[in-house]
Amino acid sequence: MMRLVAGVLVVAALAGTAAGEEKFRYPPPELGPDYVQPRTSFPAVRETLPAGADIALLVTAILLASYFALKLRSRLGVWCVGAASLAYFGFIRGGCVCPIGSIQNVAAAMDPRVAISMVVVAFFVIPLIATLLFGRTFCAAVCPLGAIQDVVLVHPVRVPAWLTGALGLLPVAYLSLAVVFAVTGAGYIICRYDPFVSLFRLSGSANMLILGSSFLLISLFVGRPYCRFLCPYGVLLGWMSRLSQWRVTITPDECVQCGLCENACPFGAIRKPNADQLPRERGAGRATLIWTLILAPVLVIAGGWLGRQAGPAMARMHATVWLAERIEMEEDGRVKGTTDASDAFRETGRLTEALYADASVYRSRIVFGGTLAGAFVALIAALKLIALSVRRTRTDYEADRGTCLACGRCFDYCPVELRRRKQRGKGGPIP
Amino acid sequence: MDEKEDKLTRRDFVRAGARGACILGVGAVGASMAPRALKSPERMLWQIDPAKCIACGNCATHCVLKPSAVKCVHDFDRCGRCKFCFGYYETSPDAVAHAGVEYQQCPTDAIVREYLGDPYYEYTIDEDKCIACGLCVKGCKRFGNGSLYLQVNHDRCLNCNECAIAAACPSEAFVRIPADAPYPLKDKEHGK
Repeated sequence: MMRLVAGVLVVAALAGTAAGEEKFRYPPPELGPDYVQPRTSFPAVRETLPAGADIALLVTAILLASYFALKLRSRLGVWCVGAASLAYFGFIRGGCVCPIGSIQNVAAAMDPRVAISMVVVAFFVIPLIATLLFGRTFCAAVCPLGAIQDVVLVHPVRVPAWLTGALGLLPVAYLSLAVVFAVTGAGYIICRYDPFVSLFRLSGSANMLILGSSFLLISLFVGRPYCRFLCPYGVLLGWMSRLSQWRVTITPDECVQCGLCENACPFGAIRKPNADQLPRERGAGRATLIWTLILAPVLVIAGGWLGRQAGPAMARMHATVWLAERIEMEEDGRVKGTTDASDAFRETGRLTEALYADASVYRSRIVFGGTLAGAFVALIAALKLIALSVRRTRTDYEADRGTCLACGRCFDYCPVELRRRKQRGKGGPIP
Repeated sequence: MDEKEDKLTRRDFVRAGARGACILGVGAVGASMAPRALKSPERMLWQIDPAKCIACGNCATHCVLKPSAVKCVHDFDRCGRCKFCFGYYETSPDAVAHAGVEYQQCPTDAIVREYLGDPYYEYTIDEDKCIACGLCVKGCKRFGNGSLYLQVNHDRCLNCNECAIAAACPSEAFVRIPADAPYPLKDKEHGK
């Protein structure tokens, strides 16, 4: 009897396999009046704070951080806001959605058919506007990714200025790639390779946990490596910060040029005075400037060409392109066997030609995007070179407008600032 | 000295102009997306379309949560209460012939089999044990009624901006759906 049933089942099963689709093969039996059918489990959606609350908290945190950094000039205050943001935006909310990732949503939503939520728009826009007003106080104490690196920084090592400058191109490249991949639908690489999100959730793939821990280990000695050498949102904030209305100053009083602040800054964001250095000979400086100006378009074209060469490889990030290439190889017999994706595609019964056509559209879009991205990174590199040959006179130690993260560490190291505090504490006139 | 002051004001003037332009630009980006954002549902959730799901097993391994936010659910309206459930047993002839403990598919013993009266059995899922490997789903879909299928459990899902499983899904089965109907896809298929 059992064999017979088995035989019937296997035949039925094979029939099912041939069709390759789900069927209603065995009607549910009548089980009598006493039978109580269990309920299918559909757990309720996790409760979260409403979107408005998150936006309000973001604004509050930025305003508080700005108040502590610019008005009260208190490193402790900035640190406390940072710790609170780390707890809420990091560990409670699980680090998602963050302004860094929102770049991709906003870039993708340039296409009016793509949906976007209000929180994401707000998370993209608010820190940019805030930075135009107060400088990078968002970086100092609101961004959970910045905060987690900041709280573990115990023994900062100075990164040479030339290296910081060169590595400064990485975030620009990352930003351009992320935008290209988001716009073409290839994926959100900023989210995929976010090193800290797995730490915020205390869960994740082994690779991501190792990546996150490595970043934290480096952060013990190198101030905020992600912020300075990778963060794509930091690129935008750096530009905004250069134009900011108000900003953190080391001390509002006259600099005594002791240089202590420069050592205190773990991010290499304090520039030395250069008024007493002799400027280079006028002719030599002008020659450098002219050469870099001539070099700029060459660099941009070369960058575009490189981006174009990288395009086909970049296109493989897109699932459709990847699948089409795989199917093509399988059909040609260049590879043996199938993948889950190629099996799934064949089950849908779609024509391979339609898939190839889709893939070629995506591929050409990504190659075009890669060309633009390459040219853009080269343009920024060229602008950096040009900026090197333009001299700006500084008479005092100053925080760099673009790279100062407004953390406030330098306040406590400035002797003028300490004297100012002391006199204010005694109720004396504020010098 | 006068010259220097002039220079500073000029620089400040350019900076103020650029700042204004940036505020307008960023504001314009926000404003252009705000109407769409206000119209769209406040929350979108990730969910699996069971019609597209091929139960490849990526849900068990790619989710940022361990164990995965995806679980197998059982649609009792569809279940045929089979004696030889290919969600429960391996799909080998030996399994059918012997139907012993050694032929059970579920690696975590998350499917509970209860006798209902010959020849019917009830299969329920112990969600705490389920790791969303999809072995039972595959068996039930190919050889049974497709009453076992994978769904994102919204009490666990963190609703990542980019779902790691969606990025790894070979059959484009991951979709974003409005939060007010979090488990709609199988029901819709059967007109409920």
